[in-house]
Amino acid sequence: MLDAILGLFNYWIAIGLMMTGLYIVIAHTNLVKKIIGLNIFQTSVFILYISMGKIQGGTAPILAEGTLIYSNPLPHVLILTAIVVGVATTALGLALIVRIYEAYGSAEEDEIVNKDRRA
Amino acid sequence: MTGLALLLEQLPALQVVLPLLAAPVCVLLRRPNLVWALSCLTSLGCLGIALTLARQIYPHGVISYAMGGWAPPFGIEYRLDELSVFMLVVVSLAASLVLIGARQSIQREIPADRIHLLYAAVLLMLTGSLGIISTGDAFNLFVFLEIASLSTYALVAMGRQRRALVAAFQYLVLGTIGGTFILIGVGLLYMMTGTLNMQDMAERLPPVLHTTTALAALAFLVIGAALKLALLPLHIWLPNAYTFAPSMISALLAAISTKVAAYVLIRFVYGIYDLRWSGLNLPLNDVLALLAVAAMLFASYVAVRQQEVKRLLAWSSLAQIGYIVLGLSLATSAGLAASTLHILNHAVIKAGLFVAVAAVLFRQGGSTLQLADLAGLSRGMPWTTAAIIAGGLGLIGVPLTAGFVSKWALLQALIESGTWLYVAALLASSLLAVIYVWRIIEACTASTGDRDIQRREAPLGLQLSIWALVAMNLYLGINSSPGMRLATEASGRLLAPTAGVPL
Repeated sequence: MLDAILGLFNYWIAIGLMMTGLYIVIAHTNLVKKIIGLNIFQTSVFILYISMGKIQGGTAPILAEGTLIYSNPLPHVLILTAIVVGVATTALGLALIVRIYEAYGSAEEDEIVNKDRRA
Repeated sequence: MTGLALLLEQLPALQVVLPLLAAPVCVLLRRPNLVWALSCLTSLGCLGIALTLARQIYPHGVISYAMGGWAPPFGIEYRLDELSVFMLVVVSLAASLVLIGARQSIQREIPADRIHLLYAAVLLMLTGSLGIISTGDAFNLFVFLEIASLSTYALVAMGRQRRALVAAFQYLVLGTIGGTFILIGVGLLYMMTGTLNMQDMAERLPPVLHTTTALAALAFLVIGAALKLALLPLHIWLPNAYTFAPSMISALLAAISTKVAAYVLIRFVYGIYDLRWSGLNLPLNDVLALLAVAAMLFASYVAVRQQEVKRLLAWSSLAQIGYIVLGLSLATSAGLAASTLHILNHAVIKAGLFVAVAAVLFRQGGSTLQLADLAGLSRGMPWTTAAIIAGGLGLIGVPLTAGFVSKWALLQALIESGTWLYVAALLASSLLAVIYVWRIIEACTASTGDRDIQRREAPLGLQLSIWALVAMNLYLGINSSPGMRLATEASGRLLAPTAGVPL
């Protein structure tokens, strides 16, 4: 039981962060907070990838005397790309929020929906 | 080796690189007409490349291209089989035909200082879509999917009404969740197989298929793809996005984005996993089929009740996505062929209808088109009305239109696998389609009453685009055997008993 928690703690953290992020996206009406939730959600996946490449006792994958075990660098490289995608998504999301705020005078989802309903 | 032969070898990469390079050039050129011409040329170039590749692949089989000279499975492989080249042709054909007519409509709907950015985003979307189809690398697929999605969000946000911004934001949130789900699925698969090459994955997967990780990966991949595909009940972003995007962009979205997402789903459930595996122990076929049937019935029913033409067409798209998913959920080669063919046919039909709506909006002004606004259309714009009727008949699946051929193929596949309830659902959904198409046609032919509405036919570019799409629609309906043969060969390759022997 304890093994399932401590031995796999990286997965628990990833799952916890993922659920936190998704909850924020769903539950908050403020658009900026939704983007923050989306970021936390994406970060959980980054952590999942990064922890996947770690090998106990392994070092950086550089050929050197005395080291035989290396961590897997591929997931780390992949996640650099995914981070870039995440940054682009965040930038576009925030830009949209700025335009929405200019058009509606609000960044709260329920107020925006109300304004459209009245219009 | 001559220069031309050298160039021909690089075609799988050029297909993606061409629009990628043209996009920043668009931003630099800035002149609306010049940028439009460049976009048209680029998409026509992509179409030319896709057709050249198709002529190599259909007789000779798979082309594998090592990106940057790094041999697969370590390097990124571009792997083109019959299905991917079929999709390359569908996407570049739809993009070319829509872009040819886009000039005046875009000029009318988008501020002059943003037009070049719109075309740049269109080309990036094309890059992403063609990349998704060409690549054989699961992570590369995710990156291209996000390139395509990010440019689509920006395109939707360019709509005239402020609600376009909210629609784009909603699409961004859900699309990102879908993309991230796919990323999780790919990560879990990498954990189990140690490879990112999809072909390699398929070969290494069967021994570890029973693990929870592999099944969780499948769940994440399917849900991620279903979000991008807007399969009911993950569809809420689509009606708003289609309604509020600029008219020509709606046509592009309807023809390309969901179709590419359908391709991604097919790749995941047949290219990496295989729905026919008995060891899978998941009722995934049934779940997909049920969702598809729900989409066919519910979305058609909602479409019947719509008052706004673009929103009506968007809901009808959701129903048509149901047909595509129903076909592929059968896990038979007839079903998959019907799905593949319907991807092509629905792209042509729906793009034609959306461009026709763009033509009406071009003369009418405004950004939404109520059914009541169509009154008197058959007088003022007889050709456009004829095109709308031809497209509508295609949606219903009347003989001699493209819609009939793929619906017939789907019906045969359903009967072959003995799923009579789905047959009934297909017929019921077609009846609902008769009603919503009839409402459009009735609105077009209604008299204007005492109101005096002056209408003229849309400019030549738009007419050309509409009639090219309608001609494709009728051609695919009348001469049905070539399309059917290509789709059957495409699905045959995917279901061939090569990699991944059943457990």
